[in-house]
Amino acid sequence: MRWVLAIAILVAAFFFLGAEAQDARQGQQTERISGSAGDVLEDDPVGRLKVYVYDLPGKYNKKLLKKDPRCLNHMFAAEIFMHRFLLSSAVRTFNPEEADWFYTPVYTTCDLTPSGLPLPFKSPRMMRSAIELIATNWPYWNRSEGADHFFVTPHDFGACFHYQEEKAIGRGILPLLQRATLVQTFGQKNHVCLKDGSITIPPYAPPQKMQGHLIPPDTPRSIFIYFRGLFYDTSNDPEGGYYARGARASVWENFKNNPLFDISTDHPPTYYEDMQRAVFCLCPLGWAPWSPRLVEAVVFGCIPVIIADDIVLPFADAIPWEEIGVFVAEDDVPKLDSILTSIPTDVILRKQRLLANPSMKQAMLFPQPAHPGDAFHQILNGLARKLPHGDDVFLKPGVRALNWTAGPAGDLKPW
Amino acid sequence: MMKSLLPQSQLRRSAAAAAARSSGGGAASGGADGAGSDGGAGGRAPAASTFWFLLHALCCLVSLFLGFRFSRLLFVLLFSTTALYSSTSSSSSSAVLRATTTTTTTTTTTTTTTNTITLSFAATANPPPSTSANYTALDSAASGTSGHTQSHVVVGRHGIRIRPWPHPDPVEVMRAHRIMERVQEEQRRWYGIKEPRQVLVVTPTYSRAFQALHLTGLLHSLRNVPYPLTWIVVEAGGTTNATASLLARSGLTIVHIPFPDRMPHDWADRHATENRMRLHALRVIRERKMDGVIVFADDSNVHSLELFDEVQKVQWMGAVSVGILAHTGTAGQPRLSEEDKQNMPLPVQGPACNSSGQLVGWHTFNSLPFAGKTATVVGEAAPVLPRGLEWAGFVLNSRMLWKEAEGKPDWVKDLDAVGENGEEIENPLTLLNDPSSVEPLGNCGRKVLLWWLRVEARADSKFPQGWVIQPPLEVVVPAKRTPWPETTAVLSSELLDTKQDQEDRRLSRTNRSSRSRSTTKRKGDVQGQEN
Repeated sequence: MRWVLAIAILVAAFFFLGAEAQDARQGQQTERISGSAGDVLEDDPVGRLKVYVYDLPGKYNKKLLKKDPRCLNHMFAAEIFMHRFLLSSAVRTFNPEEADWFYTPVYTTCDLTPSGLPLPFKSPRMMRSAIELIATNWPYWNRSEGADHFFVTPHDFGACFHYQEEKAIGRGILPLLQRATLVQTFGQKNHVCLKDGSITIPPYAPPQKMQGHLIPPDTPRSIFIYFRGLFYDTSNDPEGGYYARGARASVWENFKNNPLFDISTDHPPTYYEDMQRAVFCLCPLGWAPWSPRLVEAVVFGCIPVIIADDIVLPFADAIPWEEIGVFVAEDDVPKLDSILTSIPTDVILRKQRLLANPSMKQAMLFPQPAHPGDAFHQILNGLARKLPHGDDVFLKPGVRALNWTAGPAGDLKPW
Repeated sequence: MMKSLLPQSQLRRSAAAAAARSSGGGAASGGADGAGSDGGAGGRAPAASTFWFLLHALCCLVSLFLGFRFSRLLFVLLFSTTALYSSTSSSSSSAVLRATTTTTTTTTTTTTTTNTITLSFAATANPPPSTSANYTALDSAASGTSGHTQSHVVVGRHGIRIRPWPHPDPVEVMRAHRIMERVQEEQRRWYGIKEPRQVLVVTPTYSRAFQALHLTGLLHSLRNVPYPLTWIVVEAGGTTNATASLLARSGLTIVHIPFPDRMPHDWADRHATENRMRLHALRVIRERKMDGVIVFADDSNVHSLELFDEVQKVQWMGAVSVGILAHTGTAGQPRLSEEDKQNMPLPVQGPACNSSGQLVGWHTFNSLPFAGKTATVVGEAAPVLPRGLEWAGFVLNSRMLWKEAEGKPDWVKDLDAVGENGEEIENPLTLLNDPSSVEPLGNCGRKVLLWWLRVEARADSKFPQGWVIQPPLEVVVPAKRTPWPETTAVLSSELLDTKQDQEDRRLSRTNRSSRSRSTTKRKGDVQGQEN
């Protein structure tokens, strides 16, 4: 009897090991991604939260878009696409009483110069005007002073509404948004313009354009480090040292003669194809720490080398960025070649496996129509993870938390 | 501006001195001393004007060297203590909480130098002014972050860090290359051929002058094939040590098979013999039940590495496109008329497909323009052309040859039935009952993956056996000033003879007997007689 039992156990063990080995072989190509919040990339937000979309007049959204349709293509287009997604999403509810979150569709980054850059000067007034509108027409703002409302503010420094860092810090986040949840691309630790509880999202990069430049995956990766972009911004920073806190200039001065670094300011037509032939792609900060380069690197399987001190990357609680990218302090830029060549090979291969995970690539994109697991769903998952609302969200009647007259005088003018 | 600052002259002087000292500019330090010495003399009215003039000149010089940063620094020092907010549009700034600390080894590409200023002032409680679009201001980050924990990332100007030797380190470059190799290997494993099959390369060869040239080239190509490979070399006239040693140095798995017949000297017979040698190799493969993809690599052909990647896809029998390089020798270029040139098809042999990618026929090499001018004897200076379809353009799955293999298609003849009666096996299509089942490879024949070339020397060409010069070469014609060593009598008699030969030749050119004498004098060479 004992013999039979022992043999049965041994046979079962063999089968188990065999199955595991097979799993290991098949799973070798990609790895599951789980961040600090757990394995949440593939969560389905439907059923976990309800979002009510305020119906604002067209002057806050549609008319701006009609005036300048270029807003749909620049890297701040996430605010427009989020609105469109929510209008037809399953999490949308038409009954505001049962809504967990309230969304205000105001396109603050759609005031473009002739060359296509967004001007943030009227954005505070626009936002304030929208908030005044929803506060007067619906009771939901006043009962929480915005703590269960979320806004998409994808500009350079988020809700500080300025492209220059000193000015943005000087303004700070719009006082009316102090209690709201901000969904923004900017993220830097201990910075005025990133408030606790914000959701960091990737900048918009056109998915069809990137899919159209895919090359066969067996093309060998023969470029070691790749970067295309400015090193010095001579028009805005003539003396040097301000742009990118000197980090990009340092990359150029140290490595312009290094054969491992394929770096230049060219605009090649094969930019996307070259990224797919590179092992590492540099993602240094510019005037702001974030850039669409991160999205492009992830989509094309190139390991991002992030040179931006204290940066907060998109969906940082769902994606373990330290395991996927390489972080280099700005002070260590002169040693960049030593740092990158001394990474063990199996670590590099693991990073590539993580990048090859399709859910990782999906999480960085804003496709139309939306796919499960894409950036829209990650935003909703992030909002769902903040539920249920705490005790401090809903104010006791009569208690006011916001100062409606705070901020520079120019912001108080009606829009 | 100078007049308004008169009452603050003392403050300004000390400030200038302090700033100049800490900035480390060469002229500035000299100027500081000058300012110091001048300070002692100041105070008297007649000297006051010269003093101010000198101070003005000093400040101009310093500003020249340091640029406007110096003037801005002055303003910082002056106005921060008085807590004034200048609304001038020039370089005004608020209090510097902590000036940027930069490393000493930095330089900028502009003409200004970065200074290692580690001044620290008490933080003013006032918020920084918001001057309009002034990028050159040193604003403080911390004064805006009241209530936040101090971030070590400071807004403002930073130095550009450059290491002392900004050049690549060869050890690191090698490490990077190894990383890339490993990454590419992993890529091949994921996206490339899933289960690479062994490649069996069949090469007929024989010992002749150009054998080493051809086999060395083929050897190097095969060494670079990333799949397990077995090289089956069939040698006409039996195995020779020269060939064996060449193959042994390759580091590949070799099967060296002797073939009893010698290689004939004319091309038609040579092609037939090669075909028989290939069949012999196929029989060996069948006997030994070798498993893999059979590639017919003639020793003078050139193969691209993509060929070996492509042949992994073959199911039973595949055809690739072969570029035919008809070596035209010296003046044997066929004169083509203009229409001929336009109508001439490409020199490619390979499968022809219809639009849906199915095999419908064969492209062959058009040998009409070369009619009558081709070489008949090996080594003749005339174009050598392929006949019909060359073996090199076909690949087989070795299981096709086995007596029993599962899934073996019925349109394959049994190997024993082929070549029994001494019939000529022109091309591998005779191995099949139904030649339409051949798979076209290389994007339906659009990619030329190898080139067919026949280059040979005359059959009687001399070459050192094994390409080792044994015994060492002798001096035939002495140089004019070389001192002759005392040598054996044989050598000196040879020298006398050669000298006499020269004189003979000069006397009578058509003296054939002396020439034949000189050729017989050489020892150790293969005898070659002109016909």
